[in-house]
Amino acid sequence: MERQSLDQTPRYYLRINLYHRLLHGLLMASFLGLAATGMPLRFSQSTWAVELATAIGGFGAILFFHKTFAFLLTLCFFLHIGAVFYLAFVRGEIGVFWGSASMVPQPRDFIEMFQHFRWFFGIGPRPQFGRFAYWEKFDYWAVFWGMAIIGITGYVMWFSSFFGRFLPGGLFNIALLIHADEALLAVWFIFTIHFFNSHFRPEKFPMDLVIFTGKLSDRELQEERPAEYQSLVEEGSLERIQADPPPLWLRNLGRIIGFSVVATGFLLFGLTLLAFLSE
Amino acid sequence: MDRKDPSNLARPIFIRPFLLSAVFIVAVFLSPVFAQAQGSSKEICLSCHGIQGLEKVRKGKPVSLYVEREKLSQSVHGPLECASCHRDASQLPHPSELKAVQCSACHAGASQAYSQSVHGKAHAKGDGDVAFCSDCHGSHNILPAKHPDSKVYPLNLPRTCGTCHGDPELAKRHRIPVANAYQLYMDSIHGRALTRSGLLVAANCSSCHGSHEIKPKADPESKVYRTRIPSTCGACHAGVVAEYFDGVHGRAVKEGSSVAPVCVDCHTTHEIRRVETPAWKLEIIKECGTCHRESLRTYRDTFHGQVTALGFTRVARCSDCHGSHRILPASDARSSISRANLVSTCQKCHPKANPNFARFSPHADPNDKERNPGLYYAARFMHILLIGVFLFFGLHTSLWLFRSTLEVWRRRKPPEQAEGGPDPDGEEGKDGTPKP
Repeated sequence: MERQSLDQTPRYYLRINLYHRLLHGLLMASFLGLAATGMPLRFSQSTWAVELATAIGGFGAILFFHKTFAFLLTLCFFLHIGAVFYLAFVRGEIGVFWGSASMVPQPRDFIEMFQHFRWFFGIGPRPQFGRFAYWEKFDYWAVFWGMAIIGITGYVMWFSSFFGRFLPGGLFNIALLIHADEALLAVWFIFTIHFFNSHFRPEKFPMDLVIFTGKLSDRELQEERPAEYQSLVEEGSLERIQADPPPLWLRNLGRIIGFSVVATGFLLFGLTLLAFLSE
Repeated sequence: MDRKDPSNLARPIFIRPFLLSAVFIVAVFLSPVFAQAQGSSKEICLSCHGIQGLEKVRKGKPVSLYVEREKLSQSVHGPLECASCHRDASQLPHPSELKAVQCSACHAGASQAYSQSVHGKAHAKGDGDVAFCSDCHGSHNILPAKHPDSKVYPLNLPRTCGTCHGDPELAKRHRIPVANAYQLYMDSIHGRALTRSGLLVAANCSSCHGSHEIKPKADPESKVYRTRIPSTCGACHAGVVAEYFDGVHGRAVKEGSSVAPVCVDCHTTHEIRRVETPAWKLEIIKECGTCHRESLRTYRDTFHGQVTALGFTRVARCSDCHGSHRILPASDARSSISRANLVSTCQKCHPKANPNFARFSPHADPNDKERNPGLYYAARFMHILLIGVFLFFGLHTSLWLFRSTLEVWRRRKPPEQAEGGPDPDGEEGKDGTPKP
C-alpha cells in the first residue's frame, strides 16, 4: 500500500457534504429536544422529571416543544428521503441503493463484522473498512427505524381523534408503549453506543469533528477506510475530493456544539438510567 | 415616666390589704341587714364584688373576686339573683370558700350531655385543663349563644375552642391527636367562610363535633365516628351526601364497610381545601390509589397518569371519568363509564371521540396477556429488542474499547518492544494500519 504524505503536511478529503452536515445538525437538535421533553413524561414519577418539566414551562410548554421538535425531525426525515431519491433518480446514482457507497447492508458488512470481532480478540487483522462500516450502517438504520416507529406512533397519539375514526382505541395504548420504549432505546443507544463508536474510542477521543467540518485527514482516511482509500486511488478520484484543511473556527464551533450535546446526552442518559433502575 | 412608675407599682400593694380588710369588716357588720334585705341582694353582693381589684389568694395564686356590674346586667343571667347560682352565699357572711357553681341545677340536659362527653369524663377524673361550662360560656358575662358577643356564637366559637385546641403543648400533655386543629381550621374553606365572609352557615367546631356531647372519634356515638361522618357533613351538604349514598362508596359504608372512603378521606378534616386547587387535584389521585393500587399503577402508565405525576392537572384524573361523590360501577347504566355513557365521558376532553376512540384503555396493564394481548406482545417485543441491542453492542463496545486501548498503548512503546514476543498483529502493515 502506498504511504504518501504521512510525513508531509496532512491533506484533507471531503467525507460529509454540507447538506448532510446540516441535516445531521437538525437531527441532533430535534433529537435532543425530543429527548429532553419526552423523557420527563416516560419517567414522570422521578423528582428530576418533575423539576425538568416545570423548568421547561409546564404541561403546555412540554407538549408544544415536543411537537415542534417532532415536526422538525419529520422534516429532517423527509429531506433525507428526498435527497436519496434525488441522487438515485435525478442524478442517476443508483449506487445509493446498493454497492460500496450505499447505506444498505452488503454481504461484506457481515464479513467485516465477523473480522472485527476476530480483531477484538487479537486473532485476525483489522478489517478493510469501506466508506461506511457496519456499525455506522446500524446507527443509520436504527435511527431510520426509530424515526419511523416513534414518528408514526407519535402522530397517532397527536391526532388521536382523527385516527380514532378508523383505528381501535386499544392501539393508543400500544402506541404509547412502543413510542416510549423505542425512544428510550434510541436515547440510550445514541448517548452511549453512538457516542463511543464515533467519538470516545481511543482513536477518536475526545471527539471526531468530521460531522462538523466534513473533512478527514489523509491519515484518517487511510487508517479507517482503507478499502475506500484504495478504490479512490484506483479510480483516480482521490484528487476530486481533496479539500482545504478545516478552519480553526469551524473546528472550535464543532467542539462547542459537540461537547454541549455530549454533556446533555450524558446527563439525560444518567437520569433516565437511574429512573429506569429504580422503577 | 420613670418617676411615675414606682408610685404606680406601689399603690396596689399599699391599698389592697387595706381595702380587703375594710370590705370584710363592712360585710360582717352589715350581715344582719343583708339577711333581711333579700330583694336587692345583688346590689349588696356588688357592694363588695363590684369593687375593681377585689381578689383573694387561693393556693398561692391571686383569684379575682371582682364582678363587672355592666357585664352581669347584660348577661342572660342578669335578672337572676347571685344566690341562684352561688347557693351557699345566700346567707351573710358567706363561707370564705364557695362551692363550685352547679349549672346542672337548671341546665340538666346540657349537663347530662357534658358528663358523658370527652370533656366531662376528663373533668370528672379531676383534669384541671379540661373545658368546663364557664370555659366556653363565660361566667358572670354569659350571653345567649345567638348573641354576637357570646363566646359560643358561631363566629366566635373556633377561637374559644382554639384556646385549648390550638395549643400544641396542651395537646401533647393530653395526647390529643390533632395538636393544631384551630390553625388548620382557620386556614380551611370552612374557617375562611367564617372569618372572611362571616357566614353563620359555615361549619364551625360544633357543627361536626357537637357541643356539650363531644365524643372522641373512636366512639361509635361520636358525630365524627367514621361511619357517621357522611351524615354529619350531610347536615349541610345534603345534596352531595345523597349522591354519595347512591354511589359505590356510600353504599358500602351503609352496608357497614369500615374501609370504604367517607368524606374526610378525600377532603381531609380540619384543613378542608377548595377542590379547585392543583395541589388538591393531584393529591386526590394518590388518595384513590391507597385502595385502588392497581388502577393507580396502570393509570401512571398512560399519558393521563404521566402528566398528573409531573404535577399538571389539565388531563383526566380519576374523578373526570369515574365521577366523585356518586361513583358507579361500569355495570350500572347510569355510570359515566358504562357502555352507553363512555363516549360522552371521553368527549368531555376529546370532543371528537367516537366509540372506536373510547376503546382506549385508561388502565391497560401490559402484563395482562388475557385482557390486552396486543399490548402484552408489544411490551415483550420491545423488551427483547432493548435487551438484545444493548447486550450485543455492550459487548461489541467493551471489546472494541479494550482492543483499541491495547493498540494505542502498544504504539506508544518503542518499536523493538512492541514487536517482541508473540504478536498476532504482526501483519498490521497489511491491513493499512501504519506501523509506529
